[in-house]
Parts: sequence; C-alpha cells; structure tokens
Amino acid sequence: MAVILDLTVQGAQMLLVLLLAPLLIGFVRKVKARLLRRQGPPLIQPYRDLIRLLRKEVVLAENASWLFRVIPYLIFAATWVACSLVPTFRTGLLFSWSADLIAIIALLGSARFFLALAGLDVGTSFGGIGSSREVMIASLAEPAMLMIVFTLALIAGSTQLSTMAGYMVSPAVGLRVSLGLALIALIMVAIAENARIPVDNPATHLELTMVHEAMVLEYSGRHLALIDLSASLKLLLYISLIACLFAPWGTAAPGAVPQALAIGAAAYIGKLAAGGFLLALFEISIAKMRVFRVPEFLGAALMLGLLATLLLFVSRNL
Amino acid sequence: MGSLMALLAIMCIAALIATAPVAIAMSNFPLARPIVYGASLAASLALLIIALTVLTQPSGVPSVAVLPLGLPWLGAHFRLDVLSAFFLAVINLGAAGASLFAFGYGRKEHAPVRVLPFYPAFLAGMSLVVLADDAFTFLVSWEFMSLSSWALVMARHRERDNAYAGYVYLIMASFGTLALLLAFGILAGADGGYAFATIRAAHPSAGLAALVLILALIGAGSKAGLVPLHVWLPLAHPAAPSHVSALMSGVMTKVAVYGFVRIVFDLLGPPEWWWSMVVLALGGTTAVMGLLYALMQRDLKRLLAYSTVENIGIIFIGLGLALAFKGHGMEFAAALALTAGLLHVFNHSIFKSLLFFGVGAVLNATGERDMERLGGLIHRMPQTAFVFLVGCAAISALPPLNGFVSEWLTFQAILLSPQIPSWGLKFLVPAVGALLALSAALAAACFVKAYGVTFLGRPRTPTAERAQEVDQFSLTAMYVFAALCLVAGIMPGFFIDALAPVAQSLVGARMPFQSGIEWLSIVPIAQGRSSYNGLLVFLFIVSSGMIAAFAIHRLASDKLRRGPAWDCGYPDASPVTQYTADSFSQPIRRVFGAVVFAAREQVEIPPPGDLRPARLTAELRDLIWDWLYAPVAGGVMFSADRLNRLQFLTIRQFLSLVFAALVILLLVLAIWP
Repeated sequence: MAVILDLTVQGAQMLLVLLLAPLLIGFVRKVKARLLRRQGPPLIQPYRDLIRLLRKEVVLAENASWLFRVIPYLIFAATWVACSLVPTFRTGLLFSWSADLIAIIALLGSARFFLALAGLDVGTSFGGIGSSREVMIASLAEPAMLMIVFTLALIAGSTQLSTMAGYMVSPAVGLRVSLGLALIALIMVAIAENARIPVDNPATHLELTMVHEAMVLEYSGRHLALIDLSASLKLLLYISLIACLFAPWGTAAPGAVPQALAIGAAAYIGKLAAGGFLLALFEISIAKMRVFRVPEFLGAALMLGLLATLLLFVSRNL
Repeated sequence: MGSLMALLAIMCIAALIATAPVAIAMSNFPLARPIVYGASLAASLALLIIALTVLTQPSGVPSVAVLPLGLPWLGAHFRLDVLSAFFLAVINLGAAGASLFAFGYGRKEHAPVRVLPFYPAFLAGMSLVVLADDAFTFLVSWEFMSLSSWALVMARHRERDNAYAGYVYLIMASFGTLALLLAFGILAGADGGYAFATIRAAHPSAGLAALVLILALIGAGSKAGLVPLHVWLPLAHPAAPSHVSALMSGVMTKVAVYGFVRIVFDLLGPPEWWWSMVVLALGGTTAVMGLLYALMQRDLKRLLAYSTVENIGIIFIGLGLALAFKGHGMEFAAALALTAGLLHVFNHSIFKSLLFFGVGAVLNATGERDMERLGGLIHRMPQTAFVFLVGCAAISALPPLNGFVSEWLTFQAILLSPQIPSWGLKFLVPAVGALLALSAALAAACFVKAYGVTFLGRPRTPTAERAQEVDQFSLTAMYVFAALCLVAGIMPGFFIDALAPVAQSLVGARMPFQSGIEWLSIVPIAQGRSSYNGLLVFLFIVSSGMIAAFAIHRLASDKLRRGPAWDCGYPDASPVTQYTADSFSQPIRRVFGAVVFAAREQVEIPPPGDLRPARLTAELRDLIWDWLYAPVAGGVMFSADRLNRLQFLTIRQFLSLVFAALVILLLVLAIWP
C-alpha cells in the first residue's frame, strides 16, 4: 500500500513538473512585462507555443545527422529524469535513492554535452559560437555547483537530496556562514545555467549576444518544442532545488497525510511564484554582461563554494 | 593453488615472447599479421581468464613461482596475488581488444616488420611487470616493456617528429627506471634483499621511506604521465600505430600506476600522513593541467594523450586520498578511495582504448588526425561515430556510463575527509576536490570539441568527404569496448566487489558488499548517506525518451522536410566558415590561457582599402617545458661542450688526470667514516 502511494507521489511529481514548467516561464515573462509597464503575453502563452511547435513539421538542415534528430529526446529525457528526482511538494521520493545530487548535476551535464554537440552538427558558425561559449560557461559553473553540493553534503552528512532536504527542515541546521555562501553561489550558478540575464538573454535575437539560443538555431518544430520544454524544466529544477534546500518550510515529509501533501503542494507553488518573481525583478534591474565577464562572475561563485567547503573542513559548525 | 596459476601465466607470457622471433622470421609473408595478432589475442585472453580466476577465487592465497633465471643467487620470483591479478586483467583486456582491432587495422601497415615482432614482446613485458616478485625481475621487465614500446613508437621513424618523440621517450624512460632502481636499492638495504618478501618484512626508517616515496613518484610517475614528468607522453603515444597508442595510453600507464601502488601501499610499510599531501597535490595539478593542454590540441591523438595525463591525475587523487585515510587509521574510507582509484584504472583503460581505436579508424579512413582537416564523418562512418560518441560520453563522466561511477566514488571519498585530523589535509583536500570538479567539467568541453569538430559539421577537406567505414574486426573491437563502458556503468557493483580483495590486502578493509543490494544500486557507505543506481538512471532516460518520442509522433506531428541550413538567414556554402578546433577552445583559452600558457593573441587588421586578409595570431607557450626542461637540456649541452675538451688532451695531461682521480678516490675511501 505504501509502495503504491509512493509510486503515485512520484508519478504526480513527474507530471507536475512537466505541467508547471511552461507556466513558470510564462509567469516570469508576465512579471517582467508588468514591471516594465507592458501588458505582456498571457500566462498560458508558453503552452500555446509548445502546442504550435509540436504540430508543425520539422525543417531539418540538409547536412543534419541522425544525432541531431536524437538529441532533443535525449536532452528532454535527461532533464526530466533529473527534475523528477528533486523534491517538490514531498521529500523522500520513491526513486530518490537512484541518483543523488551529484548524479542529478551530472545528468544536467549530460544534457548540456549533447546540446553543445547539436550546436556543432549542422556546421554553421552560429551553432559553433553557441557551443563554444556554452562549454566555457559550463566549465566554471559545474565545478562551482559541485562545491555547493560538497558544502551541503558536509552539513547534512549525505549527498542524497531527500536526506538533505529532511535535514534542512530539522532544527539541527541553525544559521551557518557556509550555508549563506552556498546560497549566493547557488543563485549565481542557477542564473548562468539557465541562460538568464546577466549571463545570457533568453529573449534575444541578436545573434552575437546569444549562447543558448545560438546552439538551438537550427532546430524547428517538435525538436524545438522539446528543447524549449527542457529549458523550462531546468529553470523549474533550479528553483525547486533552492526551495527544497534553503526554504524547506511546508514540504510534506514521507508518509504524510493527504492534507499535508496539499499544504506541501500549495507551499511549493507559492515558492515557485516567489522564485519566479525574484528572478524577473533581478533580470529587469541588471544589464547583460559581456561574455568575457562571465568567467569572473562564475569564478566568484566557484570561490564562494570553495570557501564554504573549506569552512566546513575547518569546523563542522561554521 | 600453489604455483599453478603463476606458472600458467608465465607460460602464456613465454608464448607471447616466442611469437616475436616467429614474427621476424615470417615478416615477409602476408600470413604473419594474422598469426601474430591471433597468437597475441589468444594469449591475452588466456591471461585474462587466469587473472579473473585469481581475482574471484575466495581463498586469496597468492600463487608463487620461482624460476632459475636472472641473478644466480636470487632466481626470478613471480607472484600472482589479487593486486597483480587485477592489473593483469586490465592489461590483457586492453591487449585482447587491441589485438582484435589490429586484425583489420594492421592491414594498412607499411612496414609490418617494424611492428609485428615488438607487439607481442610489449604485451609480454607489461604482463611480466605485474607478476614480478623481486626487484631484479621487476626492473628487467619494466625496461623490457619500455624498450619494446620505444621500438613501436619508432615504427614510423621517417615521419616528421617521430624520431624526436622516440628520443624524448627514451630519455624519460631511462630516467624513470633509474629512479626506480634507486628506490629498490634503498628498499633492499645494504644486505641486498631484493625479493619482495624480504623487502616487505623490513621497514625502512622514516627518512629513507620518504626518499623511496619521492623516487617511486618520479619513476612510476614519469611512466604514468604525472605533471611535470608528462612531456614525453603526448609526443610518444601519438607516434605509435593506433592500436599501440591505445595500449600505451590505456594500459601501459596503468602498469606505472601498479608500480606506484606496489611500492607505496605494499612494500613500503605503514604510510606517514604527509605522503598523501604530495600525491594529492600532484594528482590535482595533473588532472587540470592535462585537460587544459588537451583542450588546446588540434591533433586528435595528442588530445587523447593529454587526456590520459588528466585521468592519471584522477587516479592519483584516489590513491592519495587512500594514503591519507590509511595514514590516519581510517581503513574503510581508505578502501573507498582506493577502490575509486582502481575502478578508474579499469574504466580509463576501457574508454581510452576505445577512443584510440576510433581515432585509428579515422586515420585509416582519411589518413588525417588533424581535426581541422576532418569534419562530417558521422555521415560517412556512422558506426565508428556511434562508438566514439559512447567513448566521449564515458570519459566526460556522464551518467549512466562508467566514467561517472569512479568519479562519483572519488567525490564520496572526498566527502569523508573532514574527519582527517591533520590541518594540512583539511586545507588541501577541498582544493583538490575543486580541481577534480574543474577537470570533470573541462573534460566534457574537451570531448565536445573532439567529437564535434571531427565527426559533426561539414567535411573540411576532400579526404574527409571520401572517408569509408572501417573493417569488421576494428568495429567489433570498438563495439565490445563501448558495451563494456555501458555495462560497467549500469552494474558497477560487480566491479566494486571484484576490487574488494585488492582493497582488503592493501589497506586492511573493504567496501561493503554491493551485489546483494536490490536493483544493482551501489551504496559506498550507508543507505541514507549516498547511493547511485546506473541501471535505473539508464532505464529512466531510455523510457522517458521513448515515451516522449512515441507520444509526439503519435499525437502531434511526425512530418519532416529537409531544407538548407537556416544560420540566421546567412548560410555560407563554404565549410571553412564552420567553427574549428582552435576557435572552439578560444573562450577557454582566454579564461585559463593567460596564466597556464602565457597565451597572447594578436589581431592584425589591414587598413581600409587594403585587400590582405585580417589575421589573428595566438601564441601559446609550454611553461613547464620552458622552465623545467629547457634549462636542464641547456645545462647538459653546456657541460657536454665543456667536457668535450677532455677528449683532446695530450697523453701527459691524460696521465695526470688519471693519477689525480686515483688519489682523490683513495682519499675519499680513507676519510669515509
């Protein structure tokens, strides 16, 4: 019985992230537009875009290989699996033991590896520029992320995300310097990983300023829909991650009663909205930086992560 | 068990050595190639089976044999314990793959007589090193391995740079062997107890043990490619024929790791805590430096050789952690770190061999290994492209393949290290963790570049456009190794359990049993702490990808139309407008290059009206070579010049020189306490 309930929760989570991800993007766009005193597209516009793209035929470049056609599915699968292992409204997910936080980061790394390959497949200069910048950003963002994981794992005594989230709710955590440093670094990494301002601009169509958009320039139709959906899943993943580690209030514990689950779900939606709002506010108040300022930005995140880890090596209480 | 297994292994090795003269005798017949590679394949498979039998047998009593060879009062001691068996398995798995690959690849060899006799000798040398049980046999086998591989590096001695590569290799190999010779000399002591059993029983004093550690790091490290002793490796590995490159990079570097593990973990006795700091610092530097060098390469084989340097760094990080834990009496953590390092030994031998086979296939198909002259090979060589992609994903540590498992275990070991009491390690280990994380991310960048520029995009030259898929033998070897990458990734528990007796014998503890855990998960420490399940991750990815594909094709649209590339409306038909290997790594060069390579970029733009093309010149310098090797080489040349004058003395001067030398030596003897 418990297994069936667990399975339902896990399934519900997988569907929930899939359904909420485009809404989150729509919400961020709406808030940004309203803060700029524009009307903005309706909240459900991303869904409409996805459905329209799914229905269209794919226009494939003549030179595109089989890999180019497989990659959207691979990216989607890796991101979706990663996303369904991050606790949203309830910790202790059924399959959470199959991949810990390091593995989740590595899954996102796989998605990026293949996306960068897709940028090179057709053999255009824009694809190449996107891929080469993406791997440069990733080569600093990934170690920064791993240092953050180290910090959290040393505090919680586990790399298992469910255990970490459970530990973060408990009073044993307290206020720590290292946690603060890790939070700042995590936000910086999340901005870079999701190609948001100031690292990259998701709305740009000026070719030389794009990173993510340049890589997917040759994609169309259902392939583009999958890649867009994966990108929004990734944003949802990072906000869920920050929420479950640094704002774990309201999240239902394993074996919770249905009311607790409902509270958890409501709290989760509230956290997503807050995260989306803060992201929009941050994005409209800052300008995009030059691409070669990005290493400094991410280098700072890496150093913060390293500092946090070092503090924990020195003393378990910092 | 007795001596049966060791004797069987020695017989296989003897068969390999016997193949070498046969190859010389037959080298003019076309049958020589299949006979030599067939014999090598059979012998390697036999050795592999012997090694696996020893590794999986529960008793674990080492099999010992003494042959009346070598020094008359010593004899040649051989011993097949679990550590030897593990490395014997790694060597011969790689050797079997390379022999199978060479069935097809070797056909294009111009001068088979320069390869065929040395190939089985090289295999025999590597296997002998791990079986040797006394210092004399060890060093002779080590030198035999070095020289036979040197002969293989020189197989194409007429090609540009190969002779230089062979020269540098020979110098560095001799230097490394000299260091090992001194290390064994110290270990054997004044009485000359050269048998490993005698060495094991005697514990050298702390100062001498430290000296042995440094000498072992120099000797084994130079063969393995630890920075800054790596300089020969990216020259020599690419110069050899590709199946030999695969062996040198994938397997011979592991023999060097074996040498280090045997001396430091087994012969040297209980470690001091600070030893691990040296090993960890070297490992971390090696990992990052190797990759940064690899990223700057445009020659595929050199890129792979530098990436070997990186992986050796990762292995030494694991070994260094194991030493640190062992030095502080934390056996279980030491077992975890050691298992992570040794598992990476196995994993790296698999995917690096696979990648070198892939480059060999490309080389056979196009005659090119310069990435800037390739491109678009995925259309002409789809099968090679597929297996090479598996290798790239595995070496970039992407789940669910095998490279991820060993890096994950190393991270888990790092997370156990705050419990170490010493302060030096408390500061060093997080930094090494950051270096390891950096190298993991850079590896992905490096192999996106290698794969993307070589196999994707449009062909950059007519040779790349005319490439043909390679033969069945080569493809079979590559498919087997790609399958091993996946199998070792989704059921790592079996491989970890196979390493348990090795950890038990070296650090006195083992990781918990993994095979009993449901769903083939691996749980290195405890269930609540960390676990990973490659099988489930693999199944989840496959099923969600399939579900997505099925649902979209059924419910939405499955129509597809081919059209010209979009490229923001400005497609350029010329393939030179594509991103090249150098332009791909330019952002990373800008970030790291100024410090690591003293990189400088110069842009020359002619004034308006001038029709000359604009030029971007990037200048990179190898600082390690400039600061460490160039002064030494300069000093040697200088003193050789000066000493040259000794050859032109008169007979009177010669006699007085001899007399002076005699007097000085006698004085030394007289004054010596």
